[in-house]
Amino acid sequence: MRAETAARSRTVVGHAVLLLGVLITIFPFYWMFVMASNTTGDIFAYPPKLIPGPHLWENMDKVFDGIDFWGSMGITVVAATSVTFLVLLFDSLAAFAFAKYAFPGRRVLFWIVLATFMIPMQLALVPQFVTLAWLGWVGSLKALIIPGAANAFGIFWMRQYAQGAIADELIQASRVDGAGFFRQWWAVGLPVLRPGLAFLGIFTFFHIWNDYLWPLIVMTDPGKVTLQVAVQQLNGVYTTDQSMVIAGALMSVIPLIGVFLIGSRHFIANLAAGAMKF
Amino acid sequence: MGLADVPARGKTVERRGRTAEPPPDGSRPLPGWRRYWPMYTAVSPFFILFAVFGVFPVGFSVYLSFMSWDGIGETRSVGWDNFAYLVTDSDFWQSIGNTLIIWILSTVPMVFLALVIAYALHTTVRFKAFYRVAYFVPNITSIVAMTLVLGSVFSDSSGLLNSALRAISSGEVGWLSDPWAMKVSVAAITVWRWVGYNAIICLAGLQAISSDVFEAAKVDGADDRQTFFRITVPMLRPVILFVAVTSTIGGLQLFTEPQVLFPVDDNGNVGGPGGEATTIVLYLYQQAFVFNRFGYGAAVGWALFLLIAVFSVINWRLIGGGDEDVPGTGKRKGKSSAR
Repeated sequence: MRAETAARSRTVVGHAVLLLGVLITIFPFYWMFVMASNTTGDIFAYPPKLIPGPHLWENMDKVFDGIDFWGSMGITVVAATSVTFLVLLFDSLAAFAFAKYAFPGRRVLFWIVLATFMIPMQLALVPQFVTLAWLGWVGSLKALIIPGAANAFGIFWMRQYAQGAIADELIQASRVDGAGFFRQWWAVGLPVLRPGLAFLGIFTFFHIWNDYLWPLIVMTDPGKVTLQVAVQQLNGVYTTDQSMVIAGALMSVIPLIGVFLIGSRHFIANLAAGAMKF
Repeated sequence: MGLADVPARGKTVERRGRTAEPPPDGSRPLPGWRRYWPMYTAVSPFFILFAVFGVFPVGFSVYLSFMSWDGIGETRSVGWDNFAYLVTDSDFWQSIGNTLIIWILSTVPMVFLALVIAYALHTTVRFKAFYRVAYFVPNITSIVAMTLVLGSVFSDSSGLLNSALRAISSGEVGWLSDPWAMKVSVAAITVWRWVGYNAIICLAGLQAISSDVFEAAKVDGADDRQTFFRITVPMLRPVILFVAVTSTIGGLQLFTEPQVLFPVDDNGNVGGPGGEATTIVLYLYQQAFVFNRFGYGAAVGWALFLLIAVFSVINWRLIGGGDEDVPGTGKRKGKSSAR
């Protein structure tokens, strides 16, 4: 009887802790919506207005006047989808080769892959910018897409996944049927790797969508920037109209939350599993 | 081709290509280049990109750190001047100090809260999926957007937080102007963003611990507190270290939060009043891309690299030694070779 009571009170305490945490975690999203749907005056009055108001459309309209929202959104979407596609292509090819094939130098090459993801990207920030300037890519979409088109984390992660998921017998069978490496990658590897690819894809997409430092540096033309940089520009110019700035922030976040809620369960499970592999 | 590692005996991946046996279908082995070119083609995109955007820039940054260059005019060799200036540059040292203080202010509460949330999630049966999603949402949303939102919550004169403090008449805090409060604000945003992520990592670690251990503790009469500190935390050591290591690397590279919270002003100042929230990467950005001191920016980059290397060695030391028998480190790795 006493044990039962203890278990129940533990559950109650557990839920209380978790709910309090959720409230703190979710509050900024609620507050974002409250700010974006009120006037700046109402928000910063004392006492402030704490519930959503009727000015959302008005504030959003002002965002379209302040920045080239759809242009920035277009750049961001093209960059994020292109990088995601290339990463999935290149990383899955490399991971498939590293996981399932023997070739001279494989160990050394894989060791190099692992070593590179220890190097902080910021170290090379200045010379990377100079390299892009020499190539004539500064300010163009290429600067956002090409340098990130294959990455060490993805190769490492997909290799781990491929080793566990692809049965050697499958490859053997397709080889007997006369399939070469690329055909095996396409017909045997990719279908089996789909859940892993889904995770890597969402991860990469979020990463590029949210990246700030790199686009801030390489997208030098003020009229041609990513969404993150555009929203920050909005803040720089219209600091006095916070509601409008936050409306811009809200508009930049909604697509992400949508994508996340669709794929969240899968994404979180894989993320936890990935971290446990280190 | 190259299926030499798909043998009958099941031991696949560890065999070197050189010792390749004839393919199991009985055909004659092909000469090396014809056998291996698809694999080299498959791995080459990464290595080409790494050579162009990794190796070359890193090598070039060595050269650049001995130069004076504004990015447009002539480069001028200045020998060790950039590094000599670096060690006497008080702004640089301030940025290192700021970074370390913000890192401690964020990591300590974050690890603690992540453990508490993970433990609560572990012992709670219902609504687990809902909680996990709710705690994870901050991590995937835009840092820029959420820093703007939290920045207005922290606003000195009219922010929500100071309004609340005023309501309970306990005075106001200069969240965006006081040296310490500025660092707390940046740290708070980092904690808010990463605590759920780390809680989910810790939860995965908790679930990897065998329930027998908890049963045994129960039989021995351990209470909740004893179980948590004597069993859960020690068994989670590798996971806690993973969290600590990733937070070190992330903390040393902190940029977006302080940059958005305290935008560059007309004189090129960063990091708010007195530069009290200037982090190392923010300082690098200011020197190289606001003031166009490319050579000096490269030197700051090397200082950052050195710092990260030192911390990595410390982390490596902490992780190394005697972790093999702890659940959560090696278990899943074994899965692949068992097939």
